[in-house]
Amino acid sequence: MASADAPGEFRYIGKRRRTKEGPRFVQGRGRYVADVALPGMKHVALVMSPHPSARIVAIRTEAARALAGVRYVLTGEQFCAATESLQIGVDAPQVTRYALAHEVVRYAGEWVVAIVADSRALAEDAAELVEVEYEPLPFVVDPERALAADAPLVHAAHGSNVLYHRRFVWGPVDEAFAGAAHRIAFRAVWGRSSTVPIETFGVVARWDPGTELLDVWASIQMPKFPDQVARALRLPGNAVRVHYDVDVGGSYGGKRGLKHTVLAGYLAMKLGAPMRLIEDRLENMRGGDAHGPDRIFDMEAAFDSDGTIRALRIRAVDDVGAYTGRAPLQLGKPITAICGPYRIAAIEYEPTSVMTHKTPQEAVRGFGQSPTNFALERMMDRVAAHLGMDRIALRRHNLIRKDEFPYRIPSGSAYDSGDYHTVLDKALAAIDYPVLVAERDAARRAGRLAGIGISTCLEPSGGNAAFEILFNPKNETTTWMDSCLVRVDLAGAVTGVIGTSSSGQGHETLVSTVIGEVLERDPASIRVARADSLSALPSNSPVGSRMAIMLGGAAAGAARMIREALIAIAAHNLDCSVEKIDYRDGDVSVIGDPSRKMTWDQLVEIAHRKYHRLPPGMEPGLQAKFVWEVPTGGGLPTPDGRVQMYPCYAFEAHVVYVEIDPDTARPELRRYVCGHDCGVMINPDIVHGMTYGGIAHGIGAALYEKFAYTPDGQLASGTFMDYLIPSALEVPALTIVDHCTPSPLTTFGQKGSGEAGYLGAPAAIANAVNDALAPLGTTLDTLPMTPHELWRKISAARATARS
Amino acid sequence: MTPRGHRISVEVNGHMHGGEVPARLTLVDWLRDELHLSGTHVGCEHGICGACSVLFDGEAVRSCLMFAVQADGHRVTTVEGLSGEDGRPGELQDAFCETHALQCGYCTPGMLIAAHALLRGNPHPTEAEIREAIGGNLCRCTGYQQIVEAIEHAAAKLAERGAR
Amino acid sequence: MKAAAFEYARASSIEEACALLREHGDGARLIAGGQSLAPMMAMRLARPTWLVDINDVPDLQYIRVEGERLLAGACTRQRALERDARAIRLVPLLSQALQWVGHIQTRNRGTAGGSLAHADPSAELPLAACVLDAEVSVRSTRGRRALRAGDLFTGPMTTALAAGELIEEIAWPIWREDRVGSAFTEVSIRHGDFALVAAAAQVALDGEARCLRASFGVGGADATPVAFPELAQTLAGARLEDAIISTIAERAAAALDPGEDLHASAHYRRHLAKVLAERALLEARDRAIARRAGQIRQ
Repeated sequence: MASADAPGEFRYIGKRRRTKEGPRFVQGRGRYVADVALPGMKHVALVMSPHPSARIVAIRTEAARALAGVRYVLTGEQFCAATESLQIGVDAPQVTRYALAHEVVRYAGEWVVAIVADSRALAEDAAELVEVEYEPLPFVVDPERALAADAPLVHAAHGSNVLYHRRFVWGPVDEAFAGAAHRIAFRAVWGRSSTVPIETFGVVARWDPGTELLDVWASIQMPKFPDQVARALRLPGNAVRVHYDVDVGGSYGGKRGLKHTVLAGYLAMKLGAPMRLIEDRLENMRGGDAHGPDRIFDMEAAFDSDGTIRALRIRAVDDVGAYTGRAPLQLGKPITAICGPYRIAAIEYEPTSVMTHKTPQEAVRGFGQSPTNFALERMMDRVAAHLGMDRIALRRHNLIRKDEFPYRIPSGSAYDSGDYHTVLDKALAAIDYPVLVAERDAARRAGRLAGIGISTCLEPSGGNAAFEILFNPKNETTTWMDSCLVRVDLAGAVTGVIGTSSSGQGHETLVSTVIGEVLERDPASIRVARADSLSALPSNSPVGSRMAIMLGGAAAGAARMIREALIAIAAHNLDCSVEKIDYRDGDVSVIGDPSRKMTWDQLVEIAHRKYHRLPPGMEPGLQAKFVWEVPTGGGLPTPDGRVQMYPCYAFEAHVVYVEIDPDTARPELRRYVCGHDCGVMINPDIVHGMTYGGIAHGIGAALYEKFAYTPDGQLASGTFMDYLIPSALEVPALTIVDHCTPSPLTTFGQKGSGEAGYLGAPAAIANAVNDALAPLGTTLDTLPMTPHELWRKISAARATARS
Repeated sequence: MTPRGHRISVEVNGHMHGGEVPARLTLVDWLRDELHLSGTHVGCEHGICGACSVLFDGEAVRSCLMFAVQADGHRVTTVEGLSGEDGRPGELQDAFCETHALQCGYCTPGMLIAAHALLRGNPHPTEAEIREAIGGNLCRCTGYQQIVEAIEHAAAKLAERGAR
Repeated sequence: MKAAAFEYARASSIEEACALLREHGDGARLIAGGQSLAPMMAMRLARPTWLVDINDVPDLQYIRVEGERLLAGACTRQRALERDARAIRLVPLLSQALQWVGHIQTRNRGTAGGSLAHADPSAELPLAACVLDAEVSVRSTRGRRALRAGDLFTGPMTTALAAGELIEEIAWPIWREDRVGSAFTEVSIRHGDFALVAAAAQVALDGEARCLRASFGVGGADATPVAFPELAQTLAGARLEDAIISTIAERAAAALDPGEDLHASAHYRRHLAKVLAERALLEARDRAIARRAGQIRQ
């Protein structure tokens, strides 16, 4: 699928165009799941466990049932017998998971009883009347404590709290450490934060006994969602129809909602009424099971006096909470870029996924890459400090050079293309780095704490989840595909059909632009429709920054087939070979004899109505489907765990300036530049938008957001009063500087960019804060870096200085 | 207790709407579920995210923190009411499309309301004033950059129009 | 997060509001701006059986100057008070404090009296009221009484209001000296968040920059906002050198009993109390020095 077109030679691709999605949203005409109202619809509310670990002794529901307007009260005993446990990503069959607790509760906030009523308010009234008697049990909320042999077990039948552990050794790690002139070791901690979209997860399910079909509308972003819903409900796959034309109010990985949907589906089938389950914010934060990575890194680096990094040891312990879906795999995805953008020949990686009595974790933008980039970039700054070397010079020395691509890293993935030095240069130029340094130094002389942070990070894109096999050898999945159907109707209008939902990535704009480019027709005239899961072609959903590559590639492939069909019809009717046809804007003529021509409308009419003028063997109509596997995909891992994962590697270089009030310890980001290279951008505004958003999200993870737990196992930050999402007053003006090294693997040279910004921002901000603290001789390697944590470091450093 | 309903009469987007509501029904739920004006969104129900922002007697407020019964006799404008008199999107909405100031669209109605209120009272806002005006509207998609640009763009276009 | 069911009545006069409160007893609560009460009701932490709505009582929404006091009806919107030209000129600490209150949507609806009645120890208006020694007029079916702001707040989220009482008016003292300067500052994690700690100060200086009188206080670092009249009194007659202000701030911080929560330890709060009290006093002093008689106040 390599492209013959160079960037800059496109008509629509790469140009600033208004999105198709904009108009309906600015008019308030989005259609989100809460806008789906079906006649007779009932509402679900949940009774949540107050205990982090307890045996359920008894549940009394009479008072709840007696309330007017209450239709049903469901406990785990009944529900768990009637449905299958939800699938998880590792080989741990004893770690079962259902929407409702049965016999024991394993985290504070776990759903215990579901109430169905005529309104949400009545359901909540009834939920208050349910009495659950618990016998509290020992619990553990510290992940390192959970690893101890005598720790309380979250899933007794599993025998330990460890869901996954493996030690990968790629290259001569021990030799490199033995032979290197220097080494450092340190710990970096990524606090538990998550995507937390402004819209919570919601689902509406309706069972039709006449057709035996379960219709599902959901705020969903999840691969294999219909299949897993069907499986859990013990329905055949074609008995579930998921409607992908529901607008999703932000997801960034987290809206998996499987337990919600199985619960709503079960109730819809049981009661014969459409069922609505929309998380309120309390249910979402505590019991929505969408927390994010919660990770302790122990890092070691071996390096030479000239700054060459010889080897890394990375130990990562991640606390997934009390249940799991794919969360442990967020330790696996970073293997695809385990050494970042650097030339490091030997790497040891030891991930451990551990359970505690906390709210479960779900996929977060980057799927574990951002925490890993944070640890890697802190390592780089620490190596530089150890050597007394400039942080930029150190990076330049170790960055893979543009003439070294494709570059295979020790863990098995090949990086397709890049020019990291140029992107870094552009970012430094854009922020006027020497002037910024002078500014910082002047601020320091005036008694302020000021720091510049730099990060150079990769955004793997394309979504080859070969880490699934690494983490569960019984799961030999190598198919990571996507598809598109393009049709031209009798009137000559073009429609692209996709089989997935969107949550702001602009897929309608992406697909119409690509189809328009190939067919040379105005994208504004091209409609993008969404099939439902019964009629959709295979899709693996927008995850892993894959849609520009995969959906874009599929749309281009299908459009090419249409174009070839039109050319074939033309050649047949103009009595020449296809090579002699000049295709221009959908019209055709014979090369060298332009008087022999046909129009788009004529070709379309032949395809649809004039069978007698179709080339022999051509099917009637004008439609093409294109389904394809991710480039470089299909491989299985070697015994030592090497495998090609993501195909394409976008790159970002962040430069940020921070000042910290030396007396109040409050940080403020003053300047922010991000150099970004994701190959060819199909729509620059969309790419920039997601990058800005990713940076803002990264600012949250670095400075503000944390799902904090008390020693009692209670979530202390379960509302927006305490879980602090950055506003326009916390996010500074952001500047993006673009560069383009096309990917040789994709249709137009595009790489993915859905996770951009988030993958490098926390690393850069952490480095900036540490640069600001450096004159005090202290460091902070735990996120989020709140004013309180900063003050503790500052005051401790001052006390040390005084004594 | 089964509290009685309350008869209310509210002007919404220029039209009078009546109804009988339970006291505890919030203004946002009434607008969405009874009037089927689904453009105003629910994000947190405790007054932080701003997705539920509407104009109440011309001022931007959080409609999740008001009960519908409190709106009796008052004027409400939702995002649906921001379009021009002929139904076409106004300058501000057009600006949001021009600068790509939205992605998932969920915070957008609240942002438009806050921006509309700002420009009405301050036609030439500085960047700092823009950020303050939308400081009570959380967005997870955009990082606010293109939203600020949209409001600046709209202010300039409105000034241009006014000057002509 | 739907509130538990309640009965609702909209009062059209103060008398009616008082009568409704008395009639419906302990389960009845007033709703004004709702910015604090409605979230608590949504989380079912507050479950009034009756809500008495006072938003449309005309006698509770006004701003007037009477002699040496700026009078604000209890249901005056925070945004109106923040932007009132007379308030900005005569009691500048009010608009300085109000700029920190939540966001614009909050202040469009939130009321002056509502903030005082809610009595959050870290809230801006209660602190300003204590520092300015505002007088709060309270009404019930039993009649009227007046409380000094410092006596109104008795603990976190707790006031000296008896059952059936509502705040009717707040009287903010106007300082008429030629050189008055005030300042309000706080530390919150994000803009618009609840303050971790807040500080407010107002000073009046004579022609030689000596202090005629001063007042300052700290919020968020104790069970209620705390003003320091005795410490402030020691500043009278002195030149407000940086070192003197620093010492006063240190002593004030030492006298506080800060709490601890998810966002800040008691130790950090005490430290912030000192830093912010000092900054507020310094800024108030500098503004007073910059004043010339007859100028519009900033």
